[in-house]
Amino acid sequence: MPVTDPGRTDPAIIRNFSIIAHIDHGKSTLADRMLQLTGVVDPRAMREQYLDRMDIERERGITIKSQAVRMPWTQGGVAYVLNMIDTPGHVDFTYEVSRSLAACEGALLLVDAAQGIEAQTLANLYLALEADLHIIPVLNNIDLPGDQPEKYAEELAGIIGCPPDDVLRVSAKTGEGVRELLDEIVRQVPAPVGDPDAPARALIFDSVYDTYRGVITYVRVVDGALSHRERILMMSTKATHEVLEVGVISPEPIQTHRLSVGEVGYLITGVKDVRQSRVGDTVSLSTRPAAHALAGYRHPKPMVYAGIYPIDADDFSELREALEKLQLNDAALTFEPETSGALGFGFRIGFLGLLHMEIVRERLEREFNLDLISTAPNVVYRVVMEDGTEHVVTNPSEYPEGKIAEVYEPVVRATLLSPSEYIGTLMELCQTRRGVQLGMDYLSADRVEMRYTLPLAEIVFDFFDALKSRTKGYASLDYEDAGEQTAELVKVDILLHGDPVDAFSAIVHKDKAYQYGVAMAAKLKELIPRQQFEVPIQAAIGARVIARETIRALRKDVLAKCYGGDITRKRKLLEKQKEGKKRMKMVGRVEVPQEAFVAALQTGEGGKDKKPS
Amino acid sequence: MAGQWGRWMSGSRWPARAVSRSGAAPRNLTPMPSTPPVGDPVPPDGSLPGQALDGLADTPLGFYLHVPFCAVRCGYCDFNTYSPDQLDVDAVSVWARSAHTEIDLAARVLGDRSPRLSTVFIGGGTPTMVPPALLTGLIQHLRDFFGLLPDAEVTTEANPETITPPVLEALLEGGISRLSLGMQSSVPHVLRVLDRVHTPGRALEAVRLARAAGFADISLDLIYGTPGESLGDWRASLDAALGVAPDHLSAYALIVEDGTALAARIRRGALAGPDDDDLADKYLAAEEVLTSAGYAWYEVSNWSRGTSHRSRHNLAYWRSHHWWGVGPGAHSHVGGVRWWNVRHPRRYGALLAEGRSPGEGREVLHADQRRVERVLLELRIADGLPAGVLTDTERGRVPALVDDGLLVDHPDAAPEGRLVLTLRGRLLADAVVRRLLD
Repeated sequence: MPVTDPGRTDPAIIRNFSIIAHIDHGKSTLADRMLQLTGVVDPRAMREQYLDRMDIERERGITIKSQAVRMPWTQGGVAYVLNMIDTPGHVDFTYEVSRSLAACEGALLLVDAAQGIEAQTLANLYLALEADLHIIPVLNNIDLPGDQPEKYAEELAGIIGCPPDDVLRVSAKTGEGVRELLDEIVRQVPAPVGDPDAPARALIFDSVYDTYRGVITYVRVVDGALSHRERILMMSTKATHEVLEVGVISPEPIQTHRLSVGEVGYLITGVKDVRQSRVGDTVSLSTRPAAHALAGYRHPKPMVYAGIYPIDADDFSELREALEKLQLNDAALTFEPETSGALGFGFRIGFLGLLHMEIVRERLEREFNLDLISTAPNVVYRVVMEDGTEHVVTNPSEYPEGKIAEVYEPVVRATLLSPSEYIGTLMELCQTRRGVQLGMDYLSADRVEMRYTLPLAEIVFDFFDALKSRTKGYASLDYEDAGEQTAELVKVDILLHGDPVDAFSAIVHKDKAYQYGVAMAAKLKELIPRQQFEVPIQAAIGARVIARETIRALRKDVLAKCYGGDITRKRKLLEKQKEGKKRMKMVGRVEVPQEAFVAALQTGEGGKDKKPS
Repeated sequence: MAGQWGRWMSGSRWPARAVSRSGAAPRNLTPMPSTPPVGDPVPPDGSLPGQALDGLADTPLGFYLHVPFCAVRCGYCDFNTYSPDQLDVDAVSVWARSAHTEIDLAARVLGDRSPRLSTVFIGGGTPTMVPPALLTGLIQHLRDFFGLLPDAEVTTEANPETITPPVLEALLEGGISRLSLGMQSSVPHVLRVLDRVHTPGRALEAVRLARAAGFADISLDLIYGTPGESLGDWRASLDAALGVAPDHLSAYALIVEDGTALAARIRRGALAGPDDDDLADKYLAAEEVLTSAGYAWYEVSNWSRGTSHRSRHNLAYWRSHHWWGVGPGAHSHVGGVRWWNVRHPRRYGALLAEGRSPGEGREVLHADQRRVERVLLELRIADGLPAGVLTDTERGRVPALVDDGLLVDHPDAAPEGRLVLTLRGRLLADAVVRRLLD
């Protein structure tokens, strides 16, 4: 009988797998059911103890998510070890998903029997196929009315190229079919293969900061073993750390002496910053380092930038501290101080994408209680001048003046899944967003997959909203980095009373410049209160004005009646207005309320609340 | 007295829906729907901090008497006033008795150093809802305790509907020599939006009756910017008012106060809200019409024929003089202490019956607050603000305001130079104050 003790598990009985699923297709319910059926959590404890413990963890600020759970499963008299590895569920984290998948030999493709596959799930499926994972297709919620298991079984079978009968059917909610699924995992997913005698190599697939323990690094051992008290080497940075603790999660952490070939578990070294333990990096031993790191490591690269400013200028240092704290747990987050004539002192923050931006902003506001104003997000441009010099522009106000030879913008390869009735609508949308069609395939009789190359800037603009509203929410989108292209881009400045407002400058395609200028000028006309003088609002490319609005001069600002009983009220109002004036930003002579900036930038087509599906 | 209240309400002279108030202005009252200012407590005996009385003898002193009764409440009005169905049957007699008790309290608090009174103003509410004898009785009480200066200005607001020769005669006999009548508009559809039910000619008739009775100082109140009022309507109202040659005119832009029926109608979209450009046009029209008829502005919303017809009582508010407000919700100011009475007549009466001050809250202003008040109040009047009130940095901002055509600097005016708003500056007075102050 093979040994199942953590640290000395025979690779032949290990099955490492992930679940690929859309956010509401029942992944956590299925995972919970597996925890129960394998006995690592008993059904009553599930609610009463496990959840209680999560509450405490939440209060203490410890990450509650189980990144990888080790579960026993006996089949045909053989005890197996199943490692279920979680994957982050979003388009911005494609790289992280790919590293989680790289830690597995198989993946469950879980799809709701009433909804069919979504673009992001499909994208993750492609990642899994690229990583040579064995795919087990599973339809969930077969107990619900309104489902179409036959149709979607056909669809899944078509996508992975298997007979429709091979598509398993479960109800994660009732548990129906889950035992059979566990059996199939054992049967179908290949056992990990590695060289136990080679120098140690382990893949980091997640890295989480814990207030009490420091960074917890989740690894999958490929070759050799990692043991307690050994000195490990991070192969990308050459940094070495002592292993203070090594173990597996089941679902509580269980300390072991070591992790060996094929095993999945955690390491604690006492480092305090996830950037010292990066996802995708290879862990080896400093005494006997591996010759080559595992393939596929990438340093996270910000794709979208936005300026974030405290509404109250006094909160600047708090914002810095908050960003530093977030960075402990977010290796992809980058920031640099920046000054805006209009918004004051803040930070230029680099994000993996829009959702990443939204998450960071929400955490800053909720966890650190900050009132923030953010500029419209923009992508990174590479501007080559006629004299050959090159500028990397992460903020429109840094856009160079003078003779520009070429401007490069990032592009993505986008995948859209939609009911086929919207093909025309989507083609038109992609065309207006400067998309180039790469191909189109029917997933089933009435569902289609369309592939486009699109400028990332267009997606950052208002693509998600447009996509959702034009397809009644049925279409879904995924995209991945696809390099850069030259484009005819211009910088549009917005001038108030002749003074440019840096926060409103935007780099847009020359065909869209007029539209942007007109829309922004009209919006500002509504948002900026009338002043004692007439205020022209102009949109301009260089010295050329392309749109103009005028805020007429304020003609009346006086309380009609100010008698004995009004005086106290009037003075208090004045004191309040003077306080309010501190929250006004002066653009030249024009007083602009913070609220106007917030509204202009948020309701702008700048990409707030755009959740890719 | 309860019987009189009933009689006044049921008497044949009173239309079932009489006008709500005759008042010229929201004199001393914070609006009812809004909360009163938050202040420090007032001592039970109403006493003032010692230094507040330092300048008492040398500063003009006035009294404001608040009559908190109206037949009905108008949709735009947010003053502290109550219709009969909201009050006890003996409310008027309790109010009058309490007002006398508060005058006694004022006499105790202000003491021997108190000067004789420069002005008395009876406002509301609708002062002429109560018998004239009650009003003149209070005047007599003030005369007995404080004395009136020989040229004292004694005004009552009046509702045009309530003006009859006997009433006018009684007021004059009781020492009330100035009348302030609420006309608001001469245009029927405008009066309807304001819930005013008097006919357009009624106020003008009241002026003629008052003249005939011997009143030499008569003021009319007008409101402009009522939803649906055209510029032509407004000019017609101005012309109608000038037709009876009042000595004084107040013209107020309609203020839509939160919590009023009018505000609700505008919020629902049933009426259009006032438009600042329209209000500005109408203000300029008023200035033009009144100036060419021989009136001169002396405060943002007030014009008079010659300086002798300016309202000295109201000027006292803008000059930070001293006044004691008697009645529910009335505000007072003495020596940098501002206080205000409880608003409900029953509570007001109960406190005074217990021998306590009806003051609900007060604020003792520090020097800079008093200075800020001077800037915001004195810039409103044609006599302007003495330049010496400003700090050096504030004075540094004057030239820009002069350049913008908002302010005129009279550097040679005695004793320290004066700053006066231009016509355009009057329309932007609040903005000027904000730009000027540190």
